[in-house]
Amino acid sequence: MSKKKISISVLVIGFILGVIFWGAFNWTLELTNTEEFCISCHEMRDNVYVEYQDTIHYANRTGVQATCPDCHVPREWIYKIKRKIQASNELYHKALGTIDTREKFEAKRLELARHEWVRMKENDSRECRNCHNYNDMDYPSQGRRAVDNHVKGFANGETCIDCHKGVAHELPDMIEDDSSAVLLKH
Amino acid sequence: MKKIILMSVVISAGIFGLSPYAFAEHVKSLRGDLALEEDSVAPTLKHYQKDEEPIERDYLQQPPLIPHKINEYRVTIKHNKCLSCHSWSNYKARGATKISQTHFESRDGAIMSNVSPRRYFCSQCHVPQVKAKELIANDFEPVDSMRH
Repeated sequence: MSKKKISISVLVIGFILGVIFWGAFNWTLELTNTEEFCISCHEMRDNVYVEYQDTIHYANRTGVQATCPDCHVPREWIYKIKRKIQASNELYHKALGTIDTREKFEAKRLELARHEWVRMKENDSRECRNCHNYNDMDYPSQGRRAVDNHVKGFANGETCIDCHKGVAHELPDMIEDDSSAVLLKH
Repeated sequence: MKKIILMSVVISAGIFGLSPYAFAEHVKSLRGDLALEEDSVAPTLKHYQKDEEPIERDYLQQPPLIPHKINEYRVTIKHNKCLSCHSWSNYKARGATKISQTHFESRDGAIMSNVSPRRYFCSQCHVPQVKAKELIANDFEPVDSMRH
């Protein structure tokens, strides 16, 4: 066999293997991007998932759902990989049992919620805007309160998460964030 | 004496045919006059008014009605969704009606620094509205001084 033929067959085999590995990598990655995967841990299934079932992103008139990864995993590849690498920390805490009871979870809820609030504030609520793009909002079909606050909010450079906290899960103890909206001395 | 009363009740019941069953046929409660074991027809679902102008009060002590939907608004020990717009700190930014000063009073009349726990559960008094026929005819009119 000539050298030329060898190098061509190496290239072809390399290409095929590359496609297989890349496909397998993405396939595995997408497996972790499903609600089923998220709630395979009881920490998610018994806490945040139960709360989410009570909200508009789970139950609504048209039957469109936004599941866990729609909000919590970026769609763009580079941000997705970054988030996935960060999420490996969650495996470590799963092993430690950091939030393996309701009490432990409640104690951590504010901290965990803040991680998401900060992430969404920094990326201008990118995952919300995958579906709710404010350039595409039809103000006449919104309620008067929504129009007022959307126009004012966007003009002030606010982003979805600034107002829409706790739309899919119970809010944590808000005494530090908004003491005017909590029960006195609780 | 008691015997005489009982006797006369029994006799008159017999005369006028007012057995307990006869009564039951004429009583019509709000759930209808179906027997307990029968299924009543489910009423059509009513939808809360989504986003209306504030509703004027009809009398001085009336808790203002909620002119918008409150689905998914939770009131828990850790957070009160209503107050995230209607509290003194938030009402201006949100363009909402502010919570009344009377809600800061304890039951002993002491003024508190935040909403009193007895006034914390908004929907005990304030309720959203549906456009529905009154169950019982009502010709209530506000007094002249409250008319708008």
